[in-house]
Amino acid sequence: MKEEYILTVYSENHIGLLTRITNVFTRRKTNIDSLTVSESALQGVFKFTIVVHCTDAMAKKLVSQIEKQIDVLKAFYHTNDEMIFQEIALYKVPIEPIYESDKIEQIVRRAGARILEITKDYVVIEKTGHKEDTQALFEELNEFKVMQFIRSGRVALMRDPIERLSEFLKERDAFLTSLD
Amino acid sequence: MTAKKITGSQALILSLMEEGVDTIFGYPGGAIMPIYDALYDFDKEVKHILTRHEQGAIHGAQGYARVSGKPGIVFATSGPGATNLMTGIADAMIDSTPLVCITGQVASPLLGTDAFQESDIVGMSIPVTKWNYQITTPEEIPEVMAQAFYIATTGRPGPVLIDVTKDAQFGELEYKYEKCKKIRSYVPETSIDPHQIKAAADLINEAKKPLLFVGQGIIISHAEEEVRTFIEKTGIPAAWTLLGLSALPTDHRLNVGMLGMHGNYGPNKLTNEADLIIAVGMRFDDRVTGKVSEYAKKAKIIHIEIDPAEIDKIVKTDVSVLADAKKALKMLIDNVNPNNHENWHNEFKKCDAIENEKVIQKDLYPTKPGLTMGEAVRIASEKTNHDAVLVTDVGQHQMVAQRYFHFKNSRSNVTSGGLGTMGFCLPASMGAQLGAPNRTVIAAVGDGGFQMTIQELGTIAQNKLPVKIMLLNNNFLGMVRQWQQLFFDKRYSFTELHNPDFITIGKGFGIEGHTVDKREDLDASIQKMIDHDGPYLLEIKIEKEDNVFPMVPTGASVSDIILEP
Ligand SMILES: Cc1ncc(C[n+]2csc(CCOP(=O)(O)OP(=O)(O)O)c2C)c(N)n1
Repeated sequence: MKEEYILTVYSENHIGLLTRITNVFTRRKTNIDSLTVSESALQGVFKFTIVVHCTDAMAKKLVSQIEKQIDVLKAFYHTNDEMIFQEIALYKVPIEPIYESDKIEQIVRRAGARILEITKDYVVIEKTGHKEDTQALFEELNEFKVMQFIRSGRVALMRDPIERLSEFLKERDAFLTSLD
Repeated sequence: MTAKKITGSQALILSLMEEGVDTIFGYPGGAIMPIYDALYDFDKEVKHILTRHEQGAIHGAQGYARVSGKPGIVFATSGPGATNLMTGIADAMIDSTPLVCITGQVASPLLGTDAFQESDIVGMSIPVTKWNYQITTPEEIPEVMAQAFYIATTGRPGPVLIDVTKDAQFGELEYKYEKCKKIRSYVPETSIDPHQIKAAADLINEAKKPLLFVGQGIIISHAEEEVRTFIEKTGIPAAWTLLGLSALPTDHRLNVGMLGMHGNYGPNKLTNEADLIIAVGMRFDDRVTGKVSEYAKKAKIIHIEIDPAEIDKIVKTDVSVLADAKKALKMLIDNVNPNNHENWHNEFKKCDAIENEKVIQKDLYPTKPGLTMGEAVRIASEKTNHDAVLVTDVGQHQMVAQRYFHFKNSRSNVTSGGLGTMGFCLPASMGAQLGAPNRTVIAAVGDGGFQMTIQELGTIAQNKLPVKIMLLNNNFLGMVRQWQQLFFDKRYSFTELHNPDFITIGKGFGIEGHTVDKREDLDASIQKMIDHDGPYLLEIKIEKEDNVFPMVPTGASVSDIILEP
């Protein structure tokens, strides 16, 4: 059965690694729903958060093939309930309706969104949340003809209190030192 | 070592010296000229083989690596030079062959500008390299080279490509070399879980019909002795994959033959009877498994494998041991009980008798007029005392040679297994000869594949490499024609070849040879080829429409292996 999975990949910061990682998905004909890359809490270690829709078996295979890449330290895959995750969305809405009623303001308030910028032509609204929430806000705002809309890739943290990568790196460092 | 200032190119060559490189295959060009210039001073330490095409260079390096166990080294220039390596890189990747490929690149300010002879070889080779890296400053050279060797040769070996910009080759650095011993994100060593060994041993001790699969991992990890000890202690029959061939002597009493599409009848048929399969250093290629959903359904599976991505990839295992084959087998040997599995063996013997009567005798000792590939291979094997290195191309002759050549020693079989690259044989055979200079190297090649890299006859002649080229000429792309005959109603769509006079071509390159088309001359012809001092081209005119059997048709289960059309 296909489900949504969050893959977290920790790697060295090397040019070309993004292609190496995404290529694993291309070869397996699996679509990436979203992808976010940033530096992690550990200095020099980069973190990829990748959302895919696939079977459990495929998620497992994707992870083992990603881990096979030389510059990848470790990869994990999780179901959504093991993670705390968010996406951010920005909406550009024409200013006119705001003058005419307070409806937009109410929507923004109710959605827990906030206004980032107001010009004489448009207003930019920001909302952080799960895709369903940001999508719902889009539907509501679109009544006023949203001019532009963008949603970011997902960012996610494990609920698990143990920082698995730190544990992993500790073990690995010990192993590497034992080789000396 | 004290630091001194030298150019990037010199540093690169010195790095190769530190790694003990004695042979390089390559082809120069503008973007790699500084490296070639630095090489000029090392003609005593290292032999450079100038091939006639970069594909020849990389297959040469593959042949060298496979027989010597050392990494193969390739030089090529940027752009077309680099792209001509791609087939060989892909081939080495899938067959786990250690290679270090050095490509020249345009100067770094020109990168990404579509400069003359610029190609994004790093981008292009990502899917087919174990690792690749672009060097843009001279200072990076020693460390990256050390890493390249470490990555190419450890764990599951594979091809590494290092692209060096021209300014990095010209620039200077303070040179100091240190071999790479570890990389934080890459740990090829595994610590074996003793529980897994115990679990594997328990399954082995309980099994009534166990079968061992020997893959190339045995050869890579030098576990030939351990495999032998293991099967002799447990009495477990062993079958080999295409690339596992020669790891176990052909005539070992527990060697039951080849797995897969054109493998032997017994191991295929009985895979589906076995109650335990112990797969070591092999990866359940679809040519081995046939229809996976019908594969080995009665068997528990133990998979001993160094590459974690291979475990449970195709076949679900009951026990997996993530380990170097040699270490795992050593531990297993201590934990298994002696046994002989005589009844089980008799089942293989019954299958052998059937295959022998229906197929093997007809192939090896034919009575119909046309020459068979089988008899040629048999005679070549006998005449070299089963001690030659066999290099094959891809097609019918490959399967026949793999089935009928006998081996006494490991690292005697060089073939393109995973990618199935036509044109592999001729250049790989010269690499094999350089990697094993004192051994007889027989190149068994079809008329189709021969013409894909025929220009390497020039390299063989120039370097006086005494390769014995056995051209099995059926005037067809034989293997494709066989499929057309069996599955496409004999519609021979574009598989017939009108061939040139191969012997004259050979002579044009300075290589002696002759053609044989009669059975009564075959023995003496092969003897003449082997006795000849230097390279030799023997063209054997083969029955045009002969087929390779047994065969597991594509999509069929291994137990549905057929012995005749
Ligand atoms: C580069 C490449 N192109 C095409 C094929 C497909 N192919 C596989 S076997 C074969 C026929 C080989 O013919 P030949 O070299 O004459 O050998 P034979 O089968 O007759 O022994 C072909 C075309 C291939 N394996 N490699």
